[in-house]
Amino acid sequence: MSDLTKLTLKTALQGLESKSFSAVELTQAHVAAVESAKALNAFVLETPDKALDMARASDARRARGEAGALDGAPLGIKDLFCTEGVRSTACSRILGDFKPTYESTVTANLWRDGAVMLGKLNMDEFAMGSSNESSAFGPVINPWRGQGDDTPRTPGGSSGGSAAAVAAELCLGATATDTGGSIRQPAAFTGTVGIKPTYGRCSRWGVVAFASSLDQAGPIARNVEDAAILLKSMAGHDAKDSTSLDVEVPDFASFVGKSVKGLRIGIPKEYRADGMPPEIEKLWEQGVAWLKAAGCEIVEVSLPHTKYALPAYYIVAPAEASSNLARYDGMRYGLRVDGANLTETYEQTRAQGFGEEVKRRILIGSYVLSAGYYDAYYLKALKVRRRISDDFDQAFEKVDALLTPTAPSAAFTLGENADDPVAMYLNDIFTVTVNLAGLPGMSVPAGVDANGLPLGLQLIGRPLDEGTLFSLGGVIEEAAQFKTRPQRWW
Amino acid sequence: MAIDVATVRKVAKLARIAEPEARLESLVQELNGILTWIELLEEVDTDGVEPMTSVVHQGLPMREDVVTEGGDPAKVLANAPKTAKDFFVVPKVVE
Repeated sequence: MSDLTKLTLKTALQGLESKSFSAVELTQAHVAAVESAKALNAFVLETPDKALDMARASDARRARGEAGALDGAPLGIKDLFCTEGVRSTACSRILGDFKPTYESTVTANLWRDGAVMLGKLNMDEFAMGSSNESSAFGPVINPWRGQGDDTPRTPGGSSGGSAAAVAAELCLGATATDTGGSIRQPAAFTGTVGIKPTYGRCSRWGVVAFASSLDQAGPIARNVEDAAILLKSMAGHDAKDSTSLDVEVPDFASFVGKSVKGLRIGIPKEYRADGMPPEIEKLWEQGVAWLKAAGCEIVEVSLPHTKYALPAYYIVAPAEASSNLARYDGMRYGLRVDGANLTETYEQTRAQGFGEEVKRRILIGSYVLSAGYYDAYYLKALKVRRRISDDFDQAFEKVDALLTPTAPSAAFTLGENADDPVAMYLNDIFTVTVNLAGLPGMSVPAGVDANGLPLGLQLIGRPLDEGTLFSLGGVIEEAAQFKTRPQRWW
Repeated sequence: MAIDVATVRKVAKLARIAEPEARLESLVQELNGILTWIELLEEVDTDGVEPMTSVVHQGLPMREDVVTEGGDPAKVLANAPKTAKDFFVVPKVVE
């Protein structure tokens, strides 16, 4: 494959600016990479013609001196984002051949800045999953393999297509979303950088809803600075999302490389989960040592309600999902399976349109919201959510950011957790608290395990303090010197 | 609060998802596995704790009650399974 796909987003933008190559050349190289990587199943829809049209328009803009911040950069878009005239399915059969007549705000922001769309990326159905195996299009295969072992592994989920495409150098960056860890866990499993910004940073308008109080968009990128460049374009206030924050979007990239001397970093003691693999524990200690060497002060903190976060999440998220997914009734868009009467039409449409994990979550959500159980489950979970959020508020009185592992393991093999929903849910044990509290969280690749598979460290910040995360992420990246790329087998 | 086949059948009805009888028994087990785990929350003292419905510390924004967009039935109907003129066609709702 051409060297143009090996560039980072930043160096590609510099190359375009210095006229070393054109947006069309850069896009052609990526279109070819996408075409030759079908074995990964990362893309569920390739849009090469649209990509080349957008690249030609970009070259014309640059020639006129009107290039935007991302002009000519080929990106992949998670299939959860509605893209005007381009099939958007959330990787569910129930959306069928849905072609939105509108563009999500986040993707519109990227096109405003000149980015090029290569296609739509695979994901767990409606973003419900941690392994990409719930996708109606079949799982994504992680470009990373264990040493001397060609067993297919998951790239994580739900943004598995985004993470795999970035790791395999099919695109310069990708959009993703994170409801309980869906940006950070796939980033950790693929040796890429992923950031879930503060809830409200990125507009949710035009992003297919899963759990509205938790869903947040963010980028997956090759490195910390690329993630910062992408987030700047994606973020911003949007009147069409009532929870969108009307605050200034800083130049996130300017934080990368800033000194972190004197910052206080919290190590939450409750994250030392029983049975944590020694390699993850070691990596965490290594991260502490790197930040200490950069002049940070390390402080042990307590987040006493941590172990209740996943159970609370598995009430709140399915409850919101069961309400949000009520819209798939077969009447206005997507699949319709005709039954003998209206109720049967609904029931058959939803039975055939939704996959097993989505149905399970809708049933859980319907149950915890049903008469007689609302207080015991749903209201209780919302109160526990407040406790979890209060834990963070107290910790942030003492520290500026927190450092934890991103996931409890490296990428597991496909099918490994398929029979046990709770085992699968435990993947999000370190990430889900951040969604419940609405905080920014970033995963940075920090090393590999004995099997040669990437591992990530997570940084958690105060609301709207992504800047500090980019500074700290930059330090870890620099110290870790994580340069390994998956060996090409696809 | 373990659930049984009758409860799963009722919840599936509420959720408008046709679950075949043969699937109900395994769903009972899956859902009970999740619900038992969730019951860990009972340990947490939440007396006097205000339920947290949103992480955004701002009131809902208000705007003028005016039409901002619309008037484009072709766009609205573009993905409909069945249409007639400018309408969605749906199964008979009132017997």
